Amino acid sequence: MGMSETSARRVPPGPTPDPSTRAFWDAARDGKLLIGRNARTGRFHYPPRPIDPFDDEGEVELVPASGLGTIYTFSVMRTKVPYVIAYVELEEGPRIMTNIVGCDIAALQVGQPVRLVFERSEDGQAIPMFTPA
Amino acid sequence: MPPGIKGWRERGVRVSIRGKACIAGAYEHPARKAEDKSTAQLHAEVALGALRDAGLTRADVDGYFCAGDAPGMGPLSMADYLGLNRLRHVDSTDIGGSSYLAHVAHAAGAIALGRCDVALITLAGRPRSEGQATGTAPRAGNPAQPDVQFEYPYGAAIANMYAMCARRHMHEYGTTSEQLAWIKVAASHHAQHNPHAMLPKVVTVEEVLASPLVADPLHRLDCCVISDGGGALVVVRPEIARGLKRPVVTIRGAGEAVKHQMGGDLDLTYTGARFSGPRAFEEAGVTPADIKYASIYDSFTITVLMQLEDLGFCEKGMGGRFVQDGNLISGVGRLPFNTDGGGLCNNHPANRGGITKVIEAVRQLRGEAHPAVQVPSCDLALAHGTGGSLGTRHGSATLVLERE
Repeated sequence: MGMSETSARRVPPGPTPDPSTRAFWDAARDGKLLIGRNARTGRFHYPPRPIDPFDDEGEVELVPASGLGTIYTFSVMRTKVPYVIAYVELEEGPRIMTNIVGCDIAALQVGQPVRLVFERSEDGQAIPMFTPA
Repeated sequence: MPPGIKGWRERGVRVSIRGKACIAGAYEHPARKAEDKSTAQLHAEVALGALRDAGLTRADVDGYFCAGDAPGMGPLSMADYLGLNRLRHVDSTDIGGSSYLAHVAHAAGAIALGRCDVALITLAGRPRSEGQATGTAPRAGNPAQPDVQFEYPYGAAIANMYAMCARRHMHEYGTTSEQLAWIKVAASHHAQHNPHAMLPKVVTVEEVLASPLVADPLHRLDCCVISDGGGALVVVRPEIARGLKRPVVTIRGAGEAVKHQMGGDLDLTYTGARFSGPRAFEEAGVTPADIKYASIYDSFTITVLMQLEDLGFCEKGMGGRFVQDGNLISGVGRLPFNTDGGGLCNNHPANRGGITKVIEAVRQLRGEAHPAVQVPSCDLALAHGTGGSLGTRHGSATLVLERE
């Protein structure tokens, strides 16, 4: 484990989509990270769900995030294949759980700008992740 | 919010459980590895242990409380197995490791309402015998659980969730790994006097920092142990408690809260104790400065530090300074904590440490802690639990307990 140790040789397990999240995972295959937006209030939420967690009124629409954000916090899991788990604060506001990949682990910092990338899961699903911008 | 609800909450008009129930029996299973016993059997052993401690029998029990560690259909399977034949009130609230502190409060409420007179609470489990060695393996969970598909692919485990809280706390408040290590050091000073403790050896800050990183910035010695075992409590009406032979420990106040990811509006620098703590103190009519001993949930060192801040034992962000230099060591510091060695050194049965937090608080209030760690004239104690995961969603439960 040297200073230039890089992340993300780990192949993630795939998600089990349900009827309410199929659109999210289909969009990921097209290179999009969808977040929930209340059409009435404009407030974003994540993970997206059909009923807005903040407001009793207003339809939830799924909109693509810009894909830019900053690292809110992170941890390097020191397993056989180390990987970086993080919460990234999206430009739109929500802080979302993700992995930071393609990075120099020792150089990671809270507040660091990151951008959206996709990694394939064991079953071929595109999983939204982030890499230093 | 309709004015009726708002006014009601602001006035704080509510029925109180203060003084309405007592903890008459407490028992901690001595096993740390129970390869030759079943989980249900461990529940039965701790149930009898707590009833014997109280001077009561199974036939006296009319309320039963258990959580997710109880195998089968909660209180139904357990009542059948335990032979509880006079139940008129059951509760299987599951907020992870904090469940059992909530159960004490719920039992007090049920007793106050006349739903039961003698409530039994049990916890038991055998993760160690079942081969769990660390908290580093992501668990798939039930796909119907709405968060699983957004967390399991990323390798969310126990250790890295708490580690992310630690990292953010360090970033915002300058908390250091050395300060976190002091929490383990204090726990180890207490554990040396506990013959059942899994890690009875006193450790130093340097040893904690030299232990391997599990999930940055948490080291192996920042983590609690994984153990088998369990514990049980008996909560009774005060009139019953006063007729028994044990010192009377009264429930003076309780508070609960749930904290989660808030649809992405998450803040990992505080815990649900920020809400459950003040609720418990308000009901008890006391302040953190009045507390002589505190049992603080210690799944990881960072858990303790954040809860101490949120409960009001120090200013927010000053937890690092508060815990350093042995301030949590009995006889040395200002706030003796987890004098049994806690989850960090003693045990963490079923990966749920809530019941042992109450048990050690009861020992302290009865004057039955190990003499080397007993707090002199300990008449007011706090027990607090966090259940679930600090980095995603958790329950918080706080109890203020008093020796009559």
